[in-house]
Amino acid sequence: MNFSKTLINGEEGLFKPETLTPMQKLTLRFVVVGLIYFGFVVIEGMLMRLYEVKPLPFITEPQFFAILTAHPLVGIFGSTYSIVCGAFLFLVPYLMKKPLWSIKMGNWTFILIAAGTFIFWFAGFVSHYSPLYTLYWPLPADFSQFSVWGGTFFILGIAIVMAGTALFIINIFKTITYTPEGWERQRTGALLSSALGVTGFNNLFRKNKKEHLVPLPVAAVARGSVDMALNTMTILFTGVLILVYMIGAILGFDLKETAIDALLYKNWFWWGLDLIADGLVLIFVAGTWYLLAMLITGKPLFMQNIARAALLVELVVSWTVWSHHLLSDQAQPSILKVLSGEMVTAFELITQGLAFFITLATLWSARPLKMTNPLKFLLGGLLGFALAVPAGIMQADVGLNRILHNTQWVVGPHVHVAVLVGLTMTLYSAIYILFPILTNGAKVYSQKLVNIHFWCHLTGGIGMGAFMGMAGLNGMLRRTIYVDGEFNTTMILAALSGTLIFIGFIAFFFNIVMSVGLKGVLGIFMPARSRTKNLLPG
Amino acid sequence: MVDSKMVLTGQTIAYTIYCIVIILLVAWFAWRVTHEGNGKGVKPAIFYTFVGFLTVLGVSLHLITLNTIPWTKVDLNRSEYNPDKTFTITVKDHQFILPAEKLIINVNDLVLFDVKSEDLTYGFGLFRKDKTMLFQMQVVPGHRNDVLWRFDRPGIYSIRSTEYSGPKGSRMVIEDAVEVVSGNGAN
Repeated sequence: MNFSKTLINGEEGLFKPETLTPMQKLTLRFVVVGLIYFGFVVIEGMLMRLYEVKPLPFITEPQFFAILTAHPLVGIFGSTYSIVCGAFLFLVPYLMKKPLWSIKMGNWTFILIAAGTFIFWFAGFVSHYSPLYTLYWPLPADFSQFSVWGGTFFILGIAIVMAGTALFIINIFKTITYTPEGWERQRTGALLSSALGVTGFNNLFRKNKKEHLVPLPVAAVARGSVDMALNTMTILFTGVLILVYMIGAILGFDLKETAIDALLYKNWFWWGLDLIADGLVLIFVAGTWYLLAMLITGKPLFMQNIARAALLVELVVSWTVWSHHLLSDQAQPSILKVLSGEMVTAFELITQGLAFFITLATLWSARPLKMTNPLKFLLGGLLGFALAVPAGIMQADVGLNRILHNTQWVVGPHVHVAVLVGLTMTLYSAIYILFPILTNGAKVYSQKLVNIHFWCHLTGGIGMGAFMGMAGLNGMLRRTIYVDGEFNTTMILAALSGTLIFIGFIAFFFNIVMSVGLKGVLGIFMPARSRTKNLLPG
Repeated sequence: MVDSKMVLTGQTIAYTIYCIVIILLVAWFAWRVTHEGNGKGVKPAIFYTFVGFLTVLGVSLHLITLNTIPWTKVDLNRSEYNPDKTFTITVKDHQFILPAEKLIINVNDLVLFDVKSEDLTYGFGLFRKDKTMLFQMQVVPGHRNDVLWRFDRPGIYSIRSTEYSGPKGSRMVIEDAVEVVSGNGAN
């Protein structure tokens, strides 16, 4: 088949969107939109990388900070949430061997996350609303710096994403616990206990252990969804609070900003935000590693009971670590800094280390394995977290935080390596393993492009993190523009590494489009012919 | 005496060695797992040893820094120390308002920086001439923001906001605002 035919019909014309079930379409829509938003994030990231070398004449300073505000939010919600929600709405029923509780609700999750992300991104793009994702009080309500209308739509967009997230959580828990029509009645309480870890915990004290009704990856999704629910409530509450000030300003009332305690707000906000960064991300990632290891090897997970317990510990840890973001806040009580900020945070080294070891041990037990695309990206994801978690533990130290807080160290070796290398490569591994299942046997267009994507993304991600880290150790702050080229050597190297990520993404995107064809991409967004609730055709 | 530059050099060496080791380990694993093997599992003893190692590592990092980084104990117990000098600084409208007299400090003085914000959350950091950071803290409105620091060598430092407070925050720099002198130059 020649190039133009492949571009239109996909590799060997194998992908036929008309054969897809509504569930396959739903999942693929999530993935396509998630990847498009990832493209936004990569382009925004490249613009900022170049700006840090030399301010670009076509981007003003307020625009730069608007990009900086939108960049992580589009990455988390538009890209990661889309891919994760799509994958889990498919995998939970797949592993539970029953249909999704509500495909309609799944579709609404897709629409709300995609639309909400576009609204807040567009509001920031037009109005340059830029209080950053941290929203330190009273900055989001500082209308001497930011447009109140821009801010209103920005917060509204975030609220819409949260509404979509809430529907996802309901759908996941209902799918785990409901009884499909014609089935023997399922024990809702027992399923919920198994999913949340209560059964596993009680088993520690029982002679006759109860069987786990819920597979381990589903347990991870359920526990991560608990953090997602708490986080959704926190962000929604915060959004409403900010909206009250905005609507007040629109109506001509100047509400007193000092009515809200800035430190209490900071504690509240970080408690909620850490449920993503130190909660659901780590739990979802660990669960995905376990699932991938089992699918790749076809073997049960090494130390399965310990893995279940570690997921539960991680959930509790995620509720109590937020103070590591306030180690440089002198009014924060020292006891919170030491206990929550240092000690509990150090537990993440243990829980994530366990997940790392268990995954590797499971793979090891099935030697020799073929170096497939899911395996190589999984190893990349494992390496990413192995690099990023200790970097985070270092900065979560009272002494070191005094000289690392808000430097490029935090956002380079820790955040970007965790997200770009650890999380994103894990997601790529899941995409590659699900690709033939979701497309009814479509073939990847080019293995060479997969390899280019892998090496560019891995070396670019680690390189960017490393050079940002070096700049941070030399005193370069994050969220700051340096106009005199003070850190140019490291920033040029970071920009070159970013370029590698960009090239890798282009290779991946082109490869996927060539695999399913332009007709196939459009077909994913057409209504499904079949009305079956089954996940797969036939 | 140990200063922030020395601490960061130590951290750079330790983390770089760790990165090289873990990258080589994963590369070795990737090679071995795809080559001949007997399919035998990992012994639980190795797993539990690894768990023990992680526990010791997690706890010991903070114990080591508590006992080697000189400002950690001072920072956690600030109220127990009497500063040789106190500087009160206000931040408002993206501006640092410094005391009328220049901020001159004698070597080995323990200095308290008491910084108050009248509007937004800012940061307060001291930076060397080569742009490296000496220390920083957050400046939260409505709360006491104080940091105690012993200056053990002469130098000239800039003040810079280390927290984002809107686009104007990037320009919150006062070059050569603090001078540390040997002898009694500050009296």
